[in-house]
Amino acid sequence: MNSLAKPARWEKFFWPLLAAALFLALWHYSVIWTATKVFPSPLSVEKALAELLRKHVLWADIGDSLRRVAIGFGTAAFVGIPLGLALGWYPVVQQVLNPVLQILRPISPIAWIPVAIIFFGIGDHAAVFLVFLGAFFPIVVASASGVSNVPTIFRRAGRNFGLSPAQILAKVVFPAALPQILIGLRIALGVAWLVVVAGEMIAVDSGLGYLVIDSRNSGKRYDLVVAAMLLIGLIGLALDIGFRLIERIRSVRWGFGHES
Amino acid sequence: MGTAASTTTASDVKLRVEHVGMVFDRDGKSVSVLEDINLDVRDGEFICLVGPSGCGKSTLLNVMGGFLSPTSGSVTIDREVVRGPDPRRILVFQERGVFPWLTVEGNIGFGLSKLSATERNERIAHYVQMVRLHGFEHSYPSDLSGGMKQRLQVARALAVNPDILYLDEPFGALDSITRLIMREELLRIWQTERRTIIFVTHDIDEAVQLADRVVVLSSRPAKIQDVLTIDIPQPRNISSARYLEHRDDLLKKIGLAYTV
Repeated sequence: MNSLAKPARWEKFFWPLLAAALFLALWHYSVIWTATKVFPSPLSVEKALAELLRKHVLWADIGDSLRRVAIGFGTAAFVGIPLGLALGWYPVVQQVLNPVLQILRPISPIAWIPVAIIFFGIGDHAAVFLVFLGAFFPIVVASASGVSNVPTIFRRAGRNFGLSPAQILAKVVFPAALPQILIGLRIALGVAWLVVVAGEMIAVDSGLGYLVIDSRNSGKRYDLVVAAMLLIGLIGLALDIGFRLIERIRSVRWGFGHES
Repeated sequence: MGTAASTTTASDVKLRVEHVGMVFDRDGKSVSVLEDINLDVRDGEFICLVGPSGCGKSTLLNVMGGFLSPTSGSVTIDREVVRGPDPRRILVFQERGVFPWLTVEGNIGFGLSKLSATERNERIAHYVQMVRLHGFEHSYPSDLSGGMKQRLQVARALAVNPDILYLDEPFGALDSITRLIMREELLRIWQTERRTIIFVTHDIDEAVQLADRVVVLSSRPAKIQDVLTIDIPQPRNISSARYLEHRDDLLKKIGLAYTV
């Protein structure tokens, strides 16, 4: 296949489907060949999924996980975007806060779990706090670098038309940095989804992460474990695809190379 | 008008550059970029600044525009010392000066937030017509050609009703045919609107075709080497003997007469 040729319509679906089918086959036969008693085959995972859907607990778990992500991610965006803008805009803020942020940033939110439990006890708040931590730093970093990457030409045009510094921030710097901020938000949403599952395995007793750990602990139901894992993957993908739709909005599309 | 040049009185002067010098500090060494620049520009005059690349043409333009304050000397407009950028005089950049997150309308209306909605829309409609972008009011810059983007930038500048337009090699990034068309367009606009124009270019033809007077700068540190009055009425026939005479004269002044 010529890599420059535009793939035919059927090829767009055929090859990915083939890859998925091969993966399932490999999984299926590995289970048979190794004669494992623990790890489930794709068919038993499918049955487990059907069982979860029948029992209706699944929707509550999905809802709980999504709610924790929404609150934690939302708070991170609400605090992180203004902070990032300030970091990029005022050199003093950058100078003062950057060392602290750079030390906190590489700490995995997982390492915060004991601290989160001390702060908030076992429960929703601890899980939401972990999601917040995971989402916060990518948002701050992207917003700050978004601002410092705004071409001087735009700021100068803003000054030339008589805008005050606050107006320049609102009408020039923010819209100019928005595509980069959106990239940061998208990364943060992915991290938030990773973190909520980890948090739910320890800090709460609902949600998809809890479903994974509970299925293992109560009767070693590895078919349910893998079913929950697959669901986590699919919902994560759906969140990412949903978020990418924002990149198509006309006032930010210039920053995303969608142009033909 | 031809004789007015020699009898310029103080009242005719729109912009006066007096003993302007500019010294930059680069890696601890001071580099002199402009040296004792003196220039009087009349109201409504079209001035081209030419000179070897890197000589300080843009620096001089930025000093006139108030974006840089000179190390010595002063720039006065209507006998008022220039202390910073001002919407009464707008700088048009070489490229990427329009805001990619705003439509054509949004860009033209950028500096008009103080007007009422009806006034604003009238002004926008007027300048959309003037730069011939009708039908593109709701398009984004990424959908416009290079020439259209520059027309948009000129429209955005004119919309705030400035006395002076500073153009920093505005057609330098365009192909040669578009460049010719843009010169005609700019002349047409200048003849209807009669603003004072200071136009930086490294294109000899552009200077001879457009300017009332061409200011020739020497290589760094830039001094005014010569001021040529082009006393051919517009529109100029660019293959006429007088035109070519002026062109040769200018080439000679720059020291390139027999080398290109």
